[in-house]
Amino acid sequence: MEVTEAVAIDHGLKKEEFSKICELLKRTPNLTELAIFSAMWNEHCSYKSSRKHLKKMHTKGKQVIQGPGENAGVIDIGDDDAIVFKIESHNHPSFIEPYQGAATGVGGIMRDVFTMGARPIANLNSIHFGSPQHKKTRNLLRGVVKGIGGYGNCIGVPTIAGQTTFDESYNGNILVNAMTLGLVNKNKIFYSKAAGLDKPVIYVGSKTGRDGIHGASMASATFDDKIEEKKPTVQVGDPFTEKLLLEACLELMADNSIIAIQDMGAAGLTSSSVEMASKGNLGIELNLSEVPCREEKMTPYEIMLSESQERMLIVLEKGKEEHAKKIFDKWNLDFAVIGKTINSKKIELIFDNKKVAEIPIDLLAENAPIYDRPWKKTKLPQKLKFDKDEFKSLKLSDCLKKILSNSNISDKKWIWDQYDHTVMGDTIQKPGGDAGVVRVHGTNKAVAASVDSSALYCFSHPLTGGKQIVCESYRNLISVGAKPIAITNCLNFGNPEKEKNMGEFVECVEGITEASKYLDFPVVSGNVSFYNETKDKGIKPTPTIGGVGLISDYQQMLTMEFKNEGNLVYVIGKTDGHLDQSIFARELLNEKKGPPPTVNLFNEKNIGETVLDLSRKNLIVSCHDVSLGGILTALSKMCIKGKKGIKINALKGLTNKYEYFFGEDQARYIIEIPKASLKKVNDILNKYSVHFDELGTVNGQSIEYKDDINLPIEELADAHKYWLKKYMDS
Amino acid sequence: MRSSVIIFPGSNCDRDMDVALKKFGFKNQMVWHNEQAIPKSDLIVLPGGFSYGDYLRCGSIASKSKIIKSVIDFANSGGLVLGICNGFQILTETGLLKGILQQNKFLNFICSNVFVKVKDKQNKYFKDLKKDVLELHIAHNEGNYFCSNDELKSLEDNNQIAVTYCGEDGTENEKTNPNGAIKNIAGIFNKNKNVLGMMPHPERMIDKYLSGEDGSLFFKNILDNFK
Repeated sequence: MEVTEAVAIDHGLKKEEFSKICELLKRTPNLTELAIFSAMWNEHCSYKSSRKHLKKMHTKGKQVIQGPGENAGVIDIGDDDAIVFKIESHNHPSFIEPYQGAATGVGGIMRDVFTMGARPIANLNSIHFGSPQHKKTRNLLRGVVKGIGGYGNCIGVPTIAGQTTFDESYNGNILVNAMTLGLVNKNKIFYSKAAGLDKPVIYVGSKTGRDGIHGASMASATFDDKIEEKKPTVQVGDPFTEKLLLEACLELMADNSIIAIQDMGAAGLTSSSVEMASKGNLGIELNLSEVPCREEKMTPYEIMLSESQERMLIVLEKGKEEHAKKIFDKWNLDFAVIGKTINSKKIELIFDNKKVAEIPIDLLAENAPIYDRPWKKTKLPQKLKFDKDEFKSLKLSDCLKKILSNSNISDKKWIWDQYDHTVMGDTIQKPGGDAGVVRVHGTNKAVAASVDSSALYCFSHPLTGGKQIVCESYRNLISVGAKPIAITNCLNFGNPEKEKNMGEFVECVEGITEASKYLDFPVVSGNVSFYNETKDKGIKPTPTIGGVGLISDYQQMLTMEFKNEGNLVYVIGKTDGHLDQSIFARELLNEKKGPPPTVNLFNEKNIGETVLDLSRKNLIVSCHDVSLGGILTALSKMCIKGKKGIKINALKGLTNKYEYFFGEDQARYIIEIPKASLKKVNDILNKYSVHFDELGTVNGQSIEYKDDINLPIEELADAHKYWLKKYMDS
Repeated sequence: MRSSVIIFPGSNCDRDMDVALKKFGFKNQMVWHNEQAIPKSDLIVLPGGFSYGDYLRCGSIASKSKIIKSVIDFANSGGLVLGICNGFQILTETGLLKGILQQNKFLNFICSNVFVKVKDKQNKYFKDLKKDVLELHIAHNEGNYFCSNDELKSLEDNNQIAVTYCGEDGTENEKTNPNGAIKNIAGIFNKNKNVLGMMPHPERMIDKYLSGEDGSLFFKNILDNFK
């Protein structure tokens, strides 16, 4: 086939990009070369629209061993232990084929982590679906949950936390973000930078098939009516092979055979080989006839673009081939020497003894286009003036029940019951809490992790929204007694070629950066997913933050359920009653306008440190952050989980109970205090000059507030626990 | 007491089982599926996981693996063989235990705490166990035990039903049955009661920071009965 501009456009390249390729190469590329360019220059691999802004992120910190740019980020948790973690999107494939899309998303992120020498110890996910009324939602949700479970359960890595939301903006583009944490000795971390000439390049894992060809380009385009035709671009996962690959890689990593290792993810063999060579500043020669293929007569074009799963590329020390082969043979995996590192700084492909492609590496990596796309600022919306007389017709207890059964608040047990969350025997906080917690095997340490996003806030005002999610993540970790260390982010946005969407991206990143700097909560890894748009309708901006924290003595972990009758309950942090963008405003007033709650970073940090101090001194017995749905929602969850009630005090100086109980002001936690520690707690709160309200006392089996609320816990639990199950069964 | 845990490709509870056995004082060793012989053992454990990917019926390929003949010989000579979850599935596929494990009634994977009632204490696993109801943990997609009427009758007649799903108070009914298993069966013995297969994972319930501690009782009891 002759390569023309039309062919290039078919491959997702722009007209100007094609001319640039011809100019850089000083000739027209052949079809295989064009395919390689299209794979490396698409948005998904090149970050061409985002790179300029990502550079500004706060990525350094005392505990950061590896920031963005590797397969995953790495943080130091003491005693030579390090945590490797990253979050990644698999949005486009999951919409087209929910089971395989989600499954391979989980597989891909786990490979990113064990590529670095770490054994995966926990998975998390953040998944977002269209309106529950939309005809596709139920099946997409079912498929995604089964896919995530099917893969993670089989590998034997616990899924310890997650987030699920519903919003009509995801009707045509669901989001599936998967996160993995791995544990590694900090002196035994493996990187993707090739080094040394004439070193053997090894292919291991599954055979290469025709699945997933153009997957990365598909993920770099918007959807239209012909979306179903894209099914063949979705990869098919094989968790069993991944489990073998994991064990085999870790076995080979026990000694010094590996120079560099890279998993074949998006754009398969193309991006893995180019990245290793580019980082090592050398060339790579691959003999494609040696690549183990699953199907007959695969062409170089197909081999280079295939996104078949469970494959790795390794640059090995010379002479270690036999040793390595033995290990992969033991695990019944394909092993082939397919090339070597070379001096030319080019990628050179050989097939049937003929050279079929030759491209200087820097044209694919450094010379890939970078766009400074135009973007528009989002103005902070006017604060709404609610008609408080209208509230009077609403009974507090009815409001509460309605909020608890809201699709975005209700219990997600139906989902996480399908994920193995206890395998590996170290899960000490299961899904359903503020963060999942796993012990660092064989030590007193535990690692907490949480995934969060707030699309409504980000849509209303991206800058505030970006800050807010970082704070939310920070709070969720502190709520389980963990010191927040670092974050990974998955930036899900619409079409960057539109000024509004690009603006949402730029300002969310700005917000994330500001908060992560202030809170010393650096970003160590992440991924960008643009073009979440169908027929011109884009998603709400949904940056997802995956936070990781450390509990140095796991016996100090906190949980949210109320523990003992008679204990006092405080809400710390000030409640102004911000109802704009709240669940209350949406659900009960049908009001979707207004700004998100203000984020005060000083308060976040100060109050967070106060709570950590209280937990380190063992002065509080439970803790929960106040977020979506406000104080009453948070209290209800603590009651339901603890099977205990609360008597709420008549609060002094309360201007409006709806605002107080359902407002979504930030930087607040609810804590449970045994009477014996009360004085010490008060002293500490005063020392940090933290505002607090004495909310009430753990008491009985109901939630009670003056004459307004008297709800048995069981009734609350019914409202909260069964919405999703009923929805899925209907 | 010496134990051996068999590792099949795709096993994923092998390490958890090793940790649990060692915690309570077993001298445990790991045995690769491709070995022919098993080191001298007083207990052989087939752990949970997805042996060979479970792409055929769960446990069926493992039941034809190289090591399995030694396991069967060991069982037939009276040795203790314990199969947990996928291990239980493998034991039914070898024929050492009767019946089969079908997909869960509601077609979903279930990961959850459950209560099980110990139905028989005339065996080396549960003899003198202080409790009648244990809180354990399940994590499976195919745990719905089924067998023919004749087989069920013979299981009942010979007291081969080991544990059944129940409520905290021991009630066995449809509500306390997580996966649709016939007669709420969670685990069974062979005729001689030296082979035990069960879906719940005792190795995930071995300290108070995990989902619970009743698994500890199970392991300690095996050791106590061995002395």
